[in-house]
Amino acid sequence: MPQSADNVIDHEMLFREPEYQELFRNKKEQFEFNHSDARVQEIRDWTKTEDYKEQNFAREALTINPAKACQPLGAVYVANGFQGTLPFVHGSQGCVAYYRSHFSRHFKEPTSCVSSSMTEDAAVFGGLNNMIDGLANAYNLYKPEMIAVSTTCMAEVIGDDLDAFIKNAKQKGSIPEDFDVPFSHTPAFVGSHVTGYDNALLGVLKHFWDGKAKTTEPLVRVPNDSINFIGGFDGFVVGNMPEIRRIFDMFEVDYTMLCDPSAVWNTPTDGEFRMYDGGTTKEEVERALHAKATIVFQEYSSEKTIKYLQEKGQEVVVLNAPVGVAGTDQFVMALSRLTGKPVPQQLELERGRLVDAIADSQAHLHGKRYALYGDPDQMLGYTQFLLELGAEPAHVLSTNGGKDWAEKVQALFDASPFGKGCKVYPKRDLWHMRSLLFTEPVDFMIGNTYGKYLERDTGTPLIRLVFPIFDRHHYHRFPTWGYEGGMRLLVMLLDEYFEALDANTNVPGQTDYSFDIIR
Amino acid sequence: MSSLRQIAFYGKGGIGKSTTSQNTLAALADMGQKILIVGCDPKADSTRLILHAKAQDTILSLAAEAGSVEDLEIEDVLKVGYKDIRCVESGGPEPGVGCAGRGVITSINFLEENGAYEGVDYVSYDVLGDVVCGGFAMPIRENKAQEIYIVMSGEMMAMYAANNISKGILKYANSGGVRLGGLVCNERQTDKELELAESLAKKLGTTLIHFVPRDNIVQHAELRRMTVMEYAPDSKQAGEYRTLAEKIHANAGKGIIPTPITMDELEDLLMEHGIMSAIDESQVGKTAAELAAA
Repeated sequence: MPQSADNVIDHEMLFREPEYQELFRNKKEQFEFNHSDARVQEIRDWTKTEDYKEQNFAREALTINPAKACQPLGAVYVANGFQGTLPFVHGSQGCVAYYRSHFSRHFKEPTSCVSSSMTEDAAVFGGLNNMIDGLANAYNLYKPEMIAVSTTCMAEVIGDDLDAFIKNAKQKGSIPEDFDVPFSHTPAFVGSHVTGYDNALLGVLKHFWDGKAKTTEPLVRVPNDSINFIGGFDGFVVGNMPEIRRIFDMFEVDYTMLCDPSAVWNTPTDGEFRMYDGGTTKEEVERALHAKATIVFQEYSSEKTIKYLQEKGQEVVVLNAPVGVAGTDQFVMALSRLTGKPVPQQLELERGRLVDAIADSQAHLHGKRYALYGDPDQMLGYTQFLLELGAEPAHVLSTNGGKDWAEKVQALFDASPFGKGCKVYPKRDLWHMRSLLFTEPVDFMIGNTYGKYLERDTGTPLIRLVFPIFDRHHYHRFPTWGYEGGMRLLVMLLDEYFEALDANTNVPGQTDYSFDIIR
Repeated sequence: MSSLRQIAFYGKGGIGKSTTSQNTLAALADMGQKILIVGCDPKADSTRLILHAKAQDTILSLAAEAGSVEDLEIEDVLKVGYKDIRCVESGGPEPGVGCAGRGVITSINFLEENGAYEGVDYVSYDVLGDVVCGGFAMPIRENKAQEIYIVMSGEMMAMYAANNISKGILKYANSGGVRLGGLVCNERQTDKELELAESLAKKLGTTLIHFVPRDNIVQHAELRRMTVMEYAPDSKQAGEYRTLAEKIHANAGKGIIPTPITMDELEDLLMEHGIMSAIDESQVGKTAAELAAA
């Protein structure tokens, strides 16, 4: 064997050693009984055809690689956004391991979350005992200030009632009677992680505003001049939340961030483990009822919450993750209107710099064709930004975006000369995207880590600007919102463009007439 | 929304629950109440008398056709029948597959989210048999039905089911607002039926809200897929349903937390009324032939 303690070879090179190569060859010949290489190639080529694409889009009963996750993931995200709050998922343990690892792989930070660990007996008899024991254990072991409960498929199928269960657990003394346990039913087989975000946030607001599940008096709204901000599910939250705070601070406005997990997913290494860090406090949640308005940055992350806020009498400004110059203008102008204050000079300066940077580089991105997939709001924001740059968002795809979302994307296409011929694909998956990349190729793709398989198969360079990003580090630390965020997006697009250009012009004596120092 | 009254009819299968509930609701509609019926039984027969239809398209069957519940519009599933009573059926899977309880949850969530409850005075849930799982308890959870009416008769098994349903209500009553509104006895002409029903009601801590006598006119109406209220509004039976409707209407907020009894107590109750004679333990498990030989 080639491996030795003095020279440890990583897996990247190790399996190319002759011993391993022979092993693989033998395995293939003697055990795998695969189709012939020619046949495999034939099928591979067929998947690139128009004929295959048509059959692929006629697909009804099967989803292949959906660009979405399930509701409880969004609920766990929300719980992380409140101070000292432990996410508690009522259901099976495996699901919860997935939420933890999903976030940890993206943010490269530990993500605390507990499960009530339901097993077969709980499926038959109901999960009340799991709730009673689970809450007691979680409360005593992890000392949270609040426990936010959500559910997996298992608890939802058998119809466990969280409200009754939590009250029962309190009666049995698992946790003190006055301990805050907001809850939300988040069946994973309905909607996606953005639905779960909505349900969980609504659960927290209702808990504090409507009398803690009928155990205290509901709060009475006394309107003041403050403004709430709800970000929605966002993979760049560690960079974006501080950026949004900075903008609010510049306006010198009284504001409340509802759900801010940017600190707990950005804890320092200084010898102290922080299970909880930052986040919206209970007092802030209660205070938020009195705000004159709430800015909801991502509509599809907050559909039910928006309704609820309106019923409470607040003005709700609903945005679709607007980015870039015009997008950020929308947000900034809304803030200016709500506060009655002019746009701060510093922001105008930042805007001017972003416009300048776009002007410097615009020639390179003009007319480039992009395929993009992800959450509905983010896709609206990115589409708007690409059009602003003179690029063409040729394929805009979302698994959790429906008809009304598609109409909004189409409206953006229609409003720009660069949107001509661009298409929107609601409720489609990454296997649909694969067909599109073969039959109607584009220059670049915007997606998440799972897009690297499409990049490999179709040769379309991938720009990682969508959650989750597992295979590149620290992208989440940089904002994508605000004018500064627009700068980051611009640089990401440009970097990939120049990389691709260099890679295509680097053969000495053949293509290097374009291998330029200056781009 | 605060004036919205939500009630539910529970009871053993085949007890005449759907017939009783539809006649009562028709009588309430006659009184000018705006009503929504939510059928929570995979058989989907909770609205046929109101709609004069064999069976209404259910939420779940339409959802299965459309791909998912999210693809449905409220107009697809909501039908309007006698006296503008709005009707929906949740439906459910084929017998032996899937999970009907989850179907009930899915349907009720869909109705709430799509505004089916707006502009009505009464929402009535018609729920099958025993409360067999959490899904069928959906209508008695927090913010749903305030009062449950149990349809029963003097038969042993119907009383057994009524007791079981009370256990279900008790489970949610302490944490939520659900209460037992009372028993409705649908006469089967068993021995000492009225007495028995009244005793059971007393044991459960509630009242027998109405004793509905047996009358063939119900069958005549049903064959025409009509309620008695519509088929023969001047009949005696229509008067009975009208009385029941008035009693239910006046019963708002008067529900109680039930005190379900054990199986032994239930058997004692039957013995008390002489329906069942005290069991000679030496006879248990012996066939008729063996007893004759002894």
